[in-house]
Amino acid sequence: MSLPEAAVPPHRALGLTDAEYDLIVEKLGRTPNAVELSMFSLMWSEHCAYKHSKRLLGQLPTEGPHLLLGPGENAGAVDVGDGLAIAFKVESHNHPSAVEPFQGAATGVGGILRDVFAVGARPIAVLDSLRFGEPDSERSRYLLEHAVAGIGHYGNSIGVPTVGGEIYFEPAYEQNCLVNAMALGIADHDRLIRAAAAGPGNVLILFGARTGRDGIGGASVLASAELGEGDADKRPTVQIGDPFAEKKLLECSLELLDRELLVSLQDLGAAGLTSSSSEMASKGGLGLDIHCDRVPLREADMEPFEIMVSESQERMLCVVEPDRVDEVIAVCEKWETTATAIGEVTDSGRLRVLSGGAVVGDMPVLALVDECPLYDLEPAKPTAPLYPPAPRTLRARDDDAAAILPELLASSNIASRLPVFEQYDCVVQSRTVRRPDEADAAVLLLPATRSAPGARGAIAVSIDGSGRRVAADPYRGTMEAVYECAANLACTGAEPLGLTNCLNFGNPEKPHIAWQLTESVRGMAEACRALDVPVVGGNVSLYNEGPDGPIYPTPVVGMVGRLPDAARAGRLGFAREGDAIALVGPFQPSLPGSELAKLRGEPLPDGLPELDATALRTALTAVRTAVREGRVRSAHDLAEGGFAVALAESCLAGGHGARVAFHGVETDARLVELLFGEGAGGFLVSGSREALLELGETLPSTIVGEVGGETIELAHDGGTISWPLEELRAARDGGLAERIAIVV
Amino acid sequence: MRFGVVRFPGSCDEVDAQLACERVTDATILWHGDRDLQGVDAVVIPGGFSYGDYLRPGAIARFSPVMESVIAFAREGGIVFGICNGFQVLCEAGLLPGALLTNASLRFVCRQVDVVVEDTATAFTNACREGGRGTRLSIPVKHTTGRWYAPPELLDQVESGGQVLLRYAPGQNPNGSLADVAGVRNEAGNVFGLMPHPEHAVDPLTGSVDGLTLFASIRDHVTAHVAA
Repeated sequence: MSLPEAAVPPHRALGLTDAEYDLIVEKLGRTPNAVELSMFSLMWSEHCAYKHSKRLLGQLPTEGPHLLLGPGENAGAVDVGDGLAIAFKVESHNHPSAVEPFQGAATGVGGILRDVFAVGARPIAVLDSLRFGEPDSERSRYLLEHAVAGIGHYGNSIGVPTVGGEIYFEPAYEQNCLVNAMALGIADHDRLIRAAAAGPGNVLILFGARTGRDGIGGASVLASAELGEGDADKRPTVQIGDPFAEKKLLECSLELLDRELLVSLQDLGAAGLTSSSSEMASKGGLGLDIHCDRVPLREADMEPFEIMVSESQERMLCVVEPDRVDEVIAVCEKWETTATAIGEVTDSGRLRVLSGGAVVGDMPVLALVDECPLYDLEPAKPTAPLYPPAPRTLRARDDDAAAILPELLASSNIASRLPVFEQYDCVVQSRTVRRPDEADAAVLLLPATRSAPGARGAIAVSIDGSGRRVAADPYRGTMEAVYECAANLACTGAEPLGLTNCLNFGNPEKPHIAWQLTESVRGMAEACRALDVPVVGGNVSLYNEGPDGPIYPTPVVGMVGRLPDAARAGRLGFAREGDAIALVGPFQPSLPGSELAKLRGEPLPDGLPELDATALRTALTAVRTAVREGRVRSAHDLAEGGFAVALAESCLAGGHGARVAFHGVETDARLVELLFGEGAGGFLVSGSREALLELGETLPSTIVGEVGGETIELAHDGGTISWPLEELRAARDGGLAERIAIVV
Repeated sequence: MRFGVVRFPGSCDEVDAQLACERVTDATILWHGDRDLQGVDAVVIPGGFSYGDYLRPGAIARFSPVMESVIAFAREGGIVFGICNGFQVLCEAGLLPGALLTNASLRFVCRQVDVVVEDTATAFTNACREGGRGTRLSIPVKHTTGRWYAPPELLDQVESGGQVLLRYAPGQNPNGSLADVAGVRNEAGNVFGLMPHPEHAVDPLTGSVDGLTLFASIRDHVTAHVAA
């Protein structure tokens, strides 16, 4: 970022307002020096202080019977029974990925993994939620290719399976792609560790990679002429990931915890040592002295402020009792990981930075961490549409259902994700019961020894968020995302235990973005309450705008649930010839805002249909129970492309055709709406006719046909449409692969 | 009968390999820095990214202290079984013929594939005797550097010596491997490496159980050998 010389005071160049600067002077009782100002500018940034979103986020429910760690810790955690906890969190790495997709995405995965093992949990799975511009743009293909390679590079190399995720392509993400990564970890309840510093006199140890100049001067414009010495601003601002270093750091951290050598543990992420140390001090209500000249450096001549704000990857900070320091260093040596005592816990309530024995920074922890001013948003619903419709790409006539289905299956948002998912290791760690494309959610085995005898428990996890639906209606679109995630879990038989979210939005200082954010959080809070699912933590990513405008508002929701018997984990594919097929749930298909409407080049609607929370919850419970009890042989949630796409997906996943009938449909247009319309609450299930009739006693249900044959046959009043499965498979398998030129 | 599974810094599938071994017999982890093989009867070099795959997959691991002992153990006829990165390490160590190159796609690939057993009279495949030559096993692959290659003379030698124990089923070669080779043994028949991960095909809950036959084969071979 280039800045006008001289005229701009340092605090403004660092992103602080004049009022914020005055407040810092007041808190310190003097003018901050360069080190202090750079540290304040980071801790008081949107990224660290959530100053535009904190008040809104207070609406989200954060308590529940299964909650073990809530928002504020490195990751949230829920109880999954047998004394075991699952820790999880989703985080964004959007801007780094838009600048350097491989390292941006790789370090996104690295960062979220550190969050999980920082609470003492062994990472067991990664999921990713990605958004790009349309794949016909060269930039989008470049970003996709390299972001996927970066995710794979990191996750595969560190031995954590990538078990699922989602990818959407929309013009609104052309300049500003989204890379959100979610990680899950497993731990015994009593192994979970908090980040709060404790015990004045205890030693602060930094371990892991050396500290360099990478990651300085990104959003924070730290390398400005006023502060920087020389040409630091010419350096790349994206961090470089090293999964091998992180693998050693992970094993080392877990061994330190196994040996009970640590008082507390924290990872270094955004704002590096500044945020990790001050947050540890704040949570413990204590102070810290940090000798920044003891920090092992990659480059000898780093300034104290650079050391304090560097975002070099693969580093952790821990608090250790003085007589355990030698043991800690020995474990780190075993894992070939550098460990250095860099400071002490004090009872001063101040964060002091020392260099060569001199104090170069001295700030009240409270001011740094907790006293950043919070801002109210000024939401205003836009009076004109914010997003122009995409150009029409549908070749079929609007009411030609026969021609629409293959086109939808080949479209970028619906085509098979296998060309991407095959680049991720989904089986390492021997837990993966349902791989991508086998079920609506990934299913992972829980350890055998502690489960109830005879059955292996499992968890299911899914990540969802349709920006286009949220753009059409931030409130209901966000509710849909939460229900969709819960529906995915229900299709595997899992009951949701907790939710993590990543709120990707544009600039909240603009009234219409503030409106999107406000409405979206309101919808999320309401849906979470309706389902009794607490939010265990998450991340907010604002200012996602390119020269052509803001991204679609994209709240991404990750949900973790438990199912009692892994052997009965649901699948999406039809399993047996002759099984009946039913459409169940309070599903009201409508075309505005759907994938088909997008392909037709139609504008976004102003609002989505109302949702019936009670009916949705009833349907979720009924489907979940039927899957758990083995009464249905497949279950699939109706999402993009509606009934017909779900039907095709169940046929293709199971390798069986289907014969279905839609009678009493008066026009071709109505048929198209029924087949391809979207909305929440619909499930496609298969099983014995008796089982499906029984399911119909508790919720809306129609038996629409039966499994069998090599085609999908659709009988309607105007005739019969027949789609050979192989043709549909070719459309779906080739859709994305051809666009991104995956070759084997 | 006890397996030893080597753990390098950067190993990822060593615990999975240990669990797979434990389904058929006992197993223990061997630390890369120790030369003592603790009297194990067979050594598994597991999958992962030993030393971060720096320089070239397997190129650094093969110089680790434990490998000095593994190489000596192999020269004395001990059973050594390399999976994925382990296969790469054994090729780098000169214990197995050929080399592993970057996949033809230039990308990582994770996929369930069928492999065909070419010889069932070996220490590693004897549990497939009933199905005989041509038995198919469904096992996942996951790697970036799995395209087995040997120059023409070496390939002839490997083929004529019957050293190819596993081939990808027709049409299922995931990486462009020469002659569809998925796994080869050394001339003596006591060292075997393969790219697919049999340790990820041992539990009906997580996929196929076909990989167990390889671990059971080793157990039966070693047990019979010791008894004899």
